[in-house]
Amino acid sequence: MGLGALVMPNLTAFGNTVDPSRFLNDGIDVKLKKQLADVALNAARAKGATYADVRIGRYLNQFIVTRETRVQNIANAESFGVGIRVIANGCWGFAATNNVTKEEIAKAAERAVAVAKANSRVVTAPVQLAAQQGYGEVTWKTPIQQNTFTVPVKDKVDLLLSVNDAALKGGANFVNSAILAINEQKYFASTDGSYIDQDIHRLFPTFTVTKTDRNTGKFETRKSLSSPVGMGYEYLTATPESKVGGIVTRYKDRYDMLEDVKNATNEVEQKLKAKSVEPGKYDLILDPSHLWLTIHESVAHPTELDRVLGYEANYAGTSFLSLEKLKSGNFHFGSNLVNVVADKLQPGSLGAVGYDDEGVKCGNWDIIKDGVLVNFQAIRDQAHMIGLKHSQGCCYAQSWADVQFQRMPNVSLQPGKEKLSVDDLIKNVEKGIYIIGDGSFSIDQQRYNFQFGGQTFYEVKNGKIIGMLKDVAYQANTQEFWNSCTAIADKSDYRLGGAFNDGKGQPGQSNAVSHGSSTTRFNGVNVINTARKI
Amino acid sequence: MPILTQTEAQALLKKVLAYSKADQCEVNIYGKDAGNLRYARNAVSTSGGNSSSTLAVSSAFGNKLGVATINEYDDASLEKVVRRSEELARLAPENPEFMPFLGPQEYAATSPTFNKDTAAIDPKYRADEVAKSLSISKENKLVAAGFLENHVAYSAIMNTNGLFGYNTSTNVSFNVTLRTEDGTGSGYSTKAYNDVSKLDISAATRIAAQKASGSKGARAIEPGKYTVILEPAAALVLLENMIGSMDARSADEGRSFLSSPGGKTKLGEKLMDERVTIYSDPWNPELPTSRLNGDGRPHEKVTWIDKGVMKNVYYSRFWAKKNNAKALPGPDGFIMAGGDATLEELIKSTEKGILVTRLWYIREVDPQTLLYTGLTRDGTFYIENGEIKFPVKNFRFNESPIIMLNNVEALGRPERTVSGESQQSALIPPMKIRDFTFTSLSDAI
Repeated sequence: MGLGALVMPNLTAFGNTVDPSRFLNDGIDVKLKKQLADVALNAARAKGATYADVRIGRYLNQFIVTRETRVQNIANAESFGVGIRVIANGCWGFAATNNVTKEEIAKAAERAVAVAKANSRVVTAPVQLAAQQGYGEVTWKTPIQQNTFTVPVKDKVDLLLSVNDAALKGGANFVNSAILAINEQKYFASTDGSYIDQDIHRLFPTFTVTKTDRNTGKFETRKSLSSPVGMGYEYLTATPESKVGGIVTRYKDRYDMLEDVKNATNEVEQKLKAKSVEPGKYDLILDPSHLWLTIHESVAHPTELDRVLGYEANYAGTSFLSLEKLKSGNFHFGSNLVNVVADKLQPGSLGAVGYDDEGVKCGNWDIIKDGVLVNFQAIRDQAHMIGLKHSQGCCYAQSWADVQFQRMPNVSLQPGKEKLSVDDLIKNVEKGIYIIGDGSFSIDQQRYNFQFGGQTFYEVKNGKIIGMLKDVAYQANTQEFWNSCTAIADKSDYRLGGAFNDGKGQPGQSNAVSHGSSTTRFNGVNVINTARKI
Repeated sequence: MPILTQTEAQALLKKVLAYSKADQCEVNIYGKDAGNLRYARNAVSTSGGNSSSTLAVSSAFGNKLGVATINEYDDASLEKVVRRSEELARLAPENPEFMPFLGPQEYAATSPTFNKDTAAIDPKYRADEVAKSLSISKENKLVAAGFLENHVAYSAIMNTNGLFGYNTSTNVSFNVTLRTEDGTGSGYSTKAYNDVSKLDISAATRIAAQKASGSKGARAIEPGKYTVILEPAAALVLLENMIGSMDARSADEGRSFLSSPGGKTKLGEKLMDERVTIYSDPWNPELPTSRLNGDGRPHEKVTWIDKGVMKNVYYSRFWAKKNNAKALPGPDGFIMAGGDATLEELIKSTEKGILVTRLWYIREVDPQTLLYTGLTRDGTFYIENGEIKFPVKNFRFNESPIIMLNNVEALGRPERTVSGESQQSALIPPMKIRDFTFTSLSDAI
């Protein structure tokens, strides 16, 4: 039920009922949220919980979806509710409700305790939470310059239709484009004494251009080289400094959608005429617009501690890494050029927040140092298992209705320490493929064997790009692949990629996360040809 | 908000429509009460439940459409969401593909999608059943990770053109992975039903236990083309992607596996082995599905592939009108015909082959040929002279369901199974397929 209609009459200190539409623009009064949170915490404690946390969330999404000359859909979605997590009898319990009244919140807290108690008889070891100080009342906001939700719908529609127009004028047969905006207004409180109010913004402008060949019945597509970002609408105001030149323009912290669609339309034409790849071993030069996904699947996922421990064995899978490999101090995940950092604060990234969903202040830490595995990603109830006194702040729930659990932070490959350009990476390659943009992706449940496609593939011969290829996918073993890393461009080439929909857990939940890198070279990787006849 | 009965849903949607000032307005509501218990490392990990619902309002002025959703149901919130959808509709440009909302529809008899015993599942049932699964795991010196989930859900649609539709359903699903303590063997089992009396969690756990113990010490054999026996759960994850690609518009526009040179389509052509027949039937007692589509169109029994021939594709209402075709909605669950053979009989009739329990991480590689990649998982075995000889290491495959369904050797008895990728259920047979393409080995267990 509506907060204004049902909660406010109980809170005389606040006087008049508030117009619910106000919440869309200004969020909910933080004092009110604190009172509601205390209702949950007190009710949980009264029923015997030894720990409780509560998340009051209002989640706003806006989707504008177009194709060719038409707007297919403009949708605003709003979801509001409360999720309560408790420990009772040493066991977790969780309950959520969208009835945001004091009475219903108290009932949900009682349900969470009842679930914990019912399950405690099948618990082998009680939950052991890493110590966490209470922060009192604190706030954090994504540092945006322009809130996407306040940009007139017409401006967004005009942008997308001009993108489509450019593609059609350039000879594309079809074009789909969209702007997706997310605002998470999250309030967290726990029995540790934290009351954390956060306002998180994310944006994803994207398109796909398609060109068909009626004579052959073949078609090709090229997706945008944008990235979903933890930014406001300012992401769509490109500057010369935000562009990376080369075979095609790519983008750093600002994006030129109109320029990219013109390039995509040219490239999709080339893709139709491109040479089908000869399978074999190639040196791969991977652009950050592509490599983010390989990092995501083969580095970020296997270093999630819940996978390593077996908590995801039934669905997302476990990991080829182990506590023993970490403790050995000499597990060579990659070549000594490979340095990987977890970072929950990186500006512009999807994973950037001040505090995670169990009230832990966020930070950054090394995961792979000079090629050696040095750490995982942990939350409060796992920290003791890897000898940590405190959580690394990796807890996240996709909404108020879902229980929070360990999700990856931004996990990024650090740029090369020596000055090195993309041209430098290519000039020594005898037989290689330069891959831009992400495509098909698949990896096994322990993250050994993967296969990736891409958006565009350029053949490199004797240090020069000689033309476009198609039907390319590469297959490798994670450890062999990262040990074949022979060069990483310097920080001037560093860019973020990412996704809104990193999936894990049962019931499944999505996590938004970014992965950064500079262009990187891997030697002698197995490439297959994916063309078939049906 | 609790699960609404048809009468309650009707009253709520009528109230929402009363706020409308648009030329046309349509309201959809979807609500669910769900509970789950998740376990790993032979103990409960996370569990809980939630009750949620979403109300979506679509308002149209002329052919300008706006949509807004909300999950608050006091009068002020209901009016707010209607006004918000109207604001968006006024801001939207003209959409020449906009279709007026449907008028009243005839829905045939209710399908048995709802079961009262499933709707009554409580935390105690979940804890008791999971305790049984954990006992089997411990007795066999295995480590269990599993998930038991149940829900009761409803959906309703009403619009200013006189349409009203309602459906309610229940589902209980269970899946479990058992691994040997040393991590060298892994087995899986999955089941899902509308009716909880059909679910036997102990039996499913015992199958996973048998596969886990049996897959210990897997041997590496060369990747290449092999005869495979795909258990229904493995076959489903490939077939569901094919079904999801049978859209008329993509085919007509030249960007689908059903597109042919010269702007034609493959509708009416024989694309697969003549033993392949795939249909949907909302009233099938083993796989009851909804009588109505999300936009209010009635579902009916439809044969999509008949003896290998592509018989039907599905349409948006706009594309159907433009092409003077019947506006068949995509199916809500599908059924593939099979034979009488059991899985054991399929194995017995196989000279050399590989038994596949589960396929995992399926992704499209090429939409023109429906080439997919993915991997075997949790129980892959070598068959020789009609017997399972030894477990083999997992493979990555690159295969198209179209090619696969041309290479049918035998089909077994269809059974209800559930996709580990989409969680959607289907009724399909185990199938023996020749020349299935494995492209590399995986060390994953």
